[in-house]
Amino acid sequence: MDMINCKVNGIAVSVPKGSTILEAARAAGVEIPTLCYMKDINAIGACRICVVEATGARGLATACVYPVAEGMEIKTNTEKVQQARKTTLELILSTHDKKCLSCPRSTNCELQKLCNDYGVTGTEFEGFKPEFAIDDSAPHLVRDNNKCILCRRCVAVCREQFVGILGANDRGIDTHIGQAFKLNLNDTPCISCGQCTVVCPTGALTEKDDTAQVWAAINDPSKHVVMMTAPAVRAALGEEFGGEIGKNVEGKMVAAIRRLGADKVFDIDFGADVTIVEEATELLGRINNKGVLPMITSCSPGWVRFIEQYYPDQLAHLSSCKSPMQMSGAIIKTYYAEKMGLDAKDIVVVGVMPCTAKKYEIKRADEDAAGVPDVDVSITTRELARMIKRQGLNFNALPDEEFDSPLGEDTGAAVIFGTTGGVMEAALRTANDWLTGKDNTEIEFQAVRGAASIKEATVEINGMPIKVAVASGAKAANEIMKKIASGEADWTFVEIMGCPGGCVTGGGQPIHPQYVRDTVDIHALRSKALYDADEAAVLRKSHQSPVVKELYENYYKGEYGCHKAHHDLHTTYVPGKKF
Amino acid sequence: MQKKISSNPFRGTPEQEAKLKEIIAANKHDKSRLMGVMQEAQGVYGYLPIEVQNMIAEGMEVPLEKVFGVATFYAQFSLSPKGDCNISVCLGTACYVKGSGDIYDELQAELGIGGDECTPDGKFSLTACRCIGACGLAPVLTVNEEVYGRLTKDDVPTILAKYGK
Amino acid sequence: MKTVAELQAVREAAISEVALRTGDAALAAKSKYKRNVLVCGGTGCTSSHSQDIIDTLNAEIAKHGMTDEIKVVRTGCFGLCALGPIMIVYPEGCFYSMIKAENIPEIVEEHFVKGNIVTKYLYKETVLEDGSIKKYNETDFYKKQIRVALRNCGVINPEDINEYIARDGYQALAKCLTSMQPKEVTQTILESGLRGRGGGGFPTGRKWSFIADGPQKYVVCNADEGDPGAFMDRSVLEGDPHCIVEAMTICGYAVGASQGYVYVRAEYPIAVTRLQIAIDEARANGMLGKNILGSGFDFDMEIRLGAGAFVCGEETALMTSIEGNRGEPRPRPPFPAVKGLFACPTVENNVETFANVPQIILRGAEWFASMGTEKSKGTKVFALGGKIKHTGHVEIAMGTTLREIIEEIGGGIPNGKKFKAAQTGGPSGGCIPARLMDTAVDYDNLTAIGCMMGSGGLIVMDEDNCMVDMAKFFLEFTVDESCGKCTPCRVGTKRLLEMLDKITRGNGTLEDLDKLEALCNYIKANSLCGLGQTAPNPVLATLKFFRDEYVSHVVDKKCPAGVCKHLLTFTIDKDKCIGCGKCAKNCPADTIVKTDYIAPGHKLPSLKILPEKCLKCGACISGCKFGAISKQ
Repeated sequence: MDMINCKVNGIAVSVPKGSTILEAARAAGVEIPTLCYMKDINAIGACRICVVEATGARGLATACVYPVAEGMEIKTNTEKVQQARKTTLELILSTHDKKCLSCPRSTNCELQKLCNDYGVTGTEFEGFKPEFAIDDSAPHLVRDNNKCILCRRCVAVCREQFVGILGANDRGIDTHIGQAFKLNLNDTPCISCGQCTVVCPTGALTEKDDTAQVWAAINDPSKHVVMMTAPAVRAALGEEFGGEIGKNVEGKMVAAIRRLGADKVFDIDFGADVTIVEEATELLGRINNKGVLPMITSCSPGWVRFIEQYYPDQLAHLSSCKSPMQMSGAIIKTYYAEKMGLDAKDIVVVGVMPCTAKKYEIKRADEDAAGVPDVDVSITTRELARMIKRQGLNFNALPDEEFDSPLGEDTGAAVIFGTTGGVMEAALRTANDWLTGKDNTEIEFQAVRGAASIKEATVEINGMPIKVAVASGAKAANEIMKKIASGEADWTFVEIMGCPGGCVTGGGQPIHPQYVRDTVDIHALRSKALYDADEAAVLRKSHQSPVVKELYENYYKGEYGCHKAHHDLHTTYVPGKKF
Repeated sequence: MQKKISSNPFRGTPEQEAKLKEIIAANKHDKSRLMGVMQEAQGVYGYLPIEVQNMIAEGMEVPLEKVFGVATFYAQFSLSPKGDCNISVCLGTACYVKGSGDIYDELQAELGIGGDECTPDGKFSLTACRCIGACGLAPVLTVNEEVYGRLTKDDVPTILAKYGK
Repeated sequence: MKTVAELQAVREAAISEVALRTGDAALAAKSKYKRNVLVCGGTGCTSSHSQDIIDTLNAEIAKHGMTDEIKVVRTGCFGLCALGPIMIVYPEGCFYSMIKAENIPEIVEEHFVKGNIVTKYLYKETVLEDGSIKKYNETDFYKKQIRVALRNCGVINPEDINEYIARDGYQALAKCLTSMQPKEVTQTILESGLRGRGGGGFPTGRKWSFIADGPQKYVVCNADEGDPGAFMDRSVLEGDPHCIVEAMTICGYAVGASQGYVYVRAEYPIAVTRLQIAIDEARANGMLGKNILGSGFDFDMEIRLGAGAFVCGEETALMTSIEGNRGEPRPRPPFPAVKGLFACPTVENNVETFANVPQIILRGAEWFASMGTEKSKGTKVFALGGKIKHTGHVEIAMGTTLREIIEEIGGGIPNGKKFKAAQTGGPSGGCIPARLMDTAVDYDNLTAIGCMMGSGGLIVMDEDNCMVDMAKFFLEFTVDESCGKCTPCRVGTKRLLEMLDKITRGNGTLEDLDKLEALCNYIKANSLCGLGQTAPNPVLATLKFFRDEYVSHVVDKKCPAGVCKHLLTFTIDKDKCIGCGKCAKNCPADTIVKTDYIAPGHKLPSLKILPEKCLKCGACISGCKFGAISKQ
């Protein structure tokens, strides 16, 4: 590879030809501040924070897009550069509401940090400032354009998600990010994935905070509060408390939730195990009865909303299984309520999820096994962290504790649901055992692992080759669906998750500044936590889960996919509209 | 100024829709022709309401927001129809202190529309304009090309009646 | 026309048809027409109803049975728009100006039938004291001009490919395809010293030589001329569209591109129509399409219409717009030559730049380089506007002084006013004060004085123009046209405008001037594209040359030119006022009241203006017949 030699603040570095000044600086261990830049998907040079002095460049060079040249000398923090950045920040602040005190992103805001670093007060300029109404029409997020700095990172991820409901409208000083015709977010084909909230550098896009409902339930003595966590939460929650990315904090997480005052802390993994046996049963049924194939997973509500709106005539491919969270809620309000002698109405089920779309999912129709919503509140990993902070818990000093029984036991198969390919692998483990009638020991399906947005594999099960595909992110989902809709697909089973990388990088997970996202493989680190947990697990196949065994022996009377299970654990889909 | 979005009921005819479909069919192979399609669509409908932008988005296979983003970027595209009688009220300083603001409000009340909007029957549209240099006649308004000066808000019904309201 | 021989045959047949206009009497004799009547069909003359003149001419000529003798030609713009509609009659070359359709029967009868030129309708400079007549190209306005880019404007019918061919049209393309290697073409352009006429002045040949390799490349013509007051490109497209088709094809051959796009403002309907006709004609005649003139070279082009966004004149924004997006600029590098339209290597030049190309190829790099100054070769078209007698466009050699342009060619300032400054480069440019009037106009001289050539708009200002107001006017334009993508331009220009507004309202301070200058320099250094980088120029240039006017606004709270109305005081001269009360009636703010003073010789008490209520709208002044009201 051709290499370019240059100097960053006097430090010599050699970087591949075509590298930008920003990349060269990172290679030299020098961080240049950015606001609009996102590696690969938003190199637009709009915010002008990353300007530096570079020999050969006319005026200041935009580090995020300017390619280095041989012998270039780059100075990233001269007085001229600092002055330019200060003015840029002052100009940004002159159109910003500056209400940091109550902002959900305070202390985790890239703009706030830069203003702090540069001693910018926001008093230099005054003048016209557009005012925007806050859009809280959607169940999953709040858009407050008064905090928007027009970096367009949300626009880029929304476009990368193929959805493209967010964009820049009008022009000049009136430019603003929004939906077509100022429609409420809820009236657009938004899939609720929440990726925009993860990339927003400020508080302009945040998840809708539902913690008040949880506090209210906890403080209501007549309610039995069950909080349950999705697999991916444990791999990321610690990051909210300064922990390293991808450290599994399952024990402390359980301890913290218990100390918030939840009556029970369950693991949605049990629901994932149930999902696998139901889904595997459905799949084998479709294969044997020449049903609609490929069958596609339905665990991810962002994905479900995508297919309903963008491929409304392809819904027969979707598995009718509810998502693990909804199955868990359904089982808690039926089986568990019966077992504990509780009225379903008195149980408040709170999902703690890496996901914003779950806030939408709990409001879907046909998600009410006991006649009341399966899940009452869904909060994100970030909201859980907020609750823990408000409760005054020293998270890192908490002991490691275990989930409550009876719905706290899981398998390694369930834990890997949290990353792309995990559902597929879990399903294959069970299908392989069932079809071979053996307790197979070769259980790791490496072909479906990894961060690629689309993975295809042919796996041999009991001598039968089965073609499968795994996709994550709605753009990849669209590629898959184009093939399915045109009839050229020959897969039997397809796993799709709405967020790129799956739930570990879901829209409700802890937010890191863009330079971290650009330089650290967050997906790999969090996924590793889940695969490690799987490897360490005694039971690694869903059908071997003690909860599953107990449930089907005693409650569903020995049958997977029986009528009662179908009533409780399956759902229906409604065609939606793209426009 | 952000572009004003009309809330008027859409009055597209099947003929117009057929024409738009033709335009889209002739261009959909090349997504870069989006703007050209929008220009032709505006030629057919006079403006680009959500119904038309939806058809364009669907036909050209792009998100509606993309069409809208383009429509609000270029000065040529309009999101609200012009009425048969376009009333333009001068809100320049001279007219304003003589009460053109009241006249503007009165017109909005009489017509039941806001500024940069068009009545549902397509007869009247209302805009505010900068000084038209007739300060001696303040306050003034124009209906299409006709200038009316030295007005009070009581004159509003008379003027509207002249144009068939 | 599939071969060069066929092209030459067409040229041979057509050449006599334009010979009357070019003054070749021998050739002209071969044509059946004894007389050519050229009527301007440019945008300016068309809006003053030149089409009616053409229709009346045709009808009257038919009435006199002279249809076979007299050819009426609708041409592009002649340039002297102030005198439109314009009609030139050959063989005399006489110059009828400000013609009305009702004058036509008389002209046809007297001039065409009887042979007596109707001098009362001629442009008065062309009628000499002895009754003889100057040809139109001998007038002050035309005689100093050298027409290269505009050589066919006002000469040929732009909708007739044969007239273009008669004027050596497509000869340059034929020369390239038959006797030059692509590299030689680029080399010729490089040696000619041609620089981009759109504003930046980048050497065109270098731009062509930078083009990267790739399976698909594009040639783009920027015809999104958006500076207020500039209409050079429009004139070329309206008057000589084929030269753009030919030049782009030559460029395609030189750089290895097979597809071209012309991005034209939708506000130029006549230009668009004629260019489309030219493209269709060229295609039908084998000058576009596959295997042009049997050379094996393929090239085609299409028009894309702008939709009202000034920023699309910036080359990357223009490409983003052609791609069907909001016309937002992209960072450079990568430059379009490497990654341009649809991410392919692209050459982009503006209309006037391309218009020079065929002549350079035909007449050679040396011929072109012999005109102009050391680093600015050839000619430049300017659109003269503002406080100048001859509004219109002119093409002059680079290096002509501003004084020659304004005083000799432009006819000077009307109404005996004093020249204050010339604004060049539109919203991106600066201004040249009176003391620098002898500056030879070329790229480097203008840049040296903190101005810029720009695309060629030249707005003349006199003593009645306030330079702060002028800067504010351009800033308002930029703020309206900023795309909103980058922070410095989106927010910074708005803040600049607000500061200027504060100054013109008399609320500014001397510190504000420093802050203004600092913000200008910040925006220049930090904006993403040319629009933002040059947006502060009108402010910086006026601050540099007319700082005293700014100081008057902030310290004395006065606008010396009497423009900024918040700083004006309206007063009534009590001795001139006859007390008629007309001004009081006109006053929208009821701020004019009676005094108890009756001037000697008057019957009624004079009036006075209550300054605290005065809106400074000027309604009183315009109504006073006695000159009793003044503003300061």
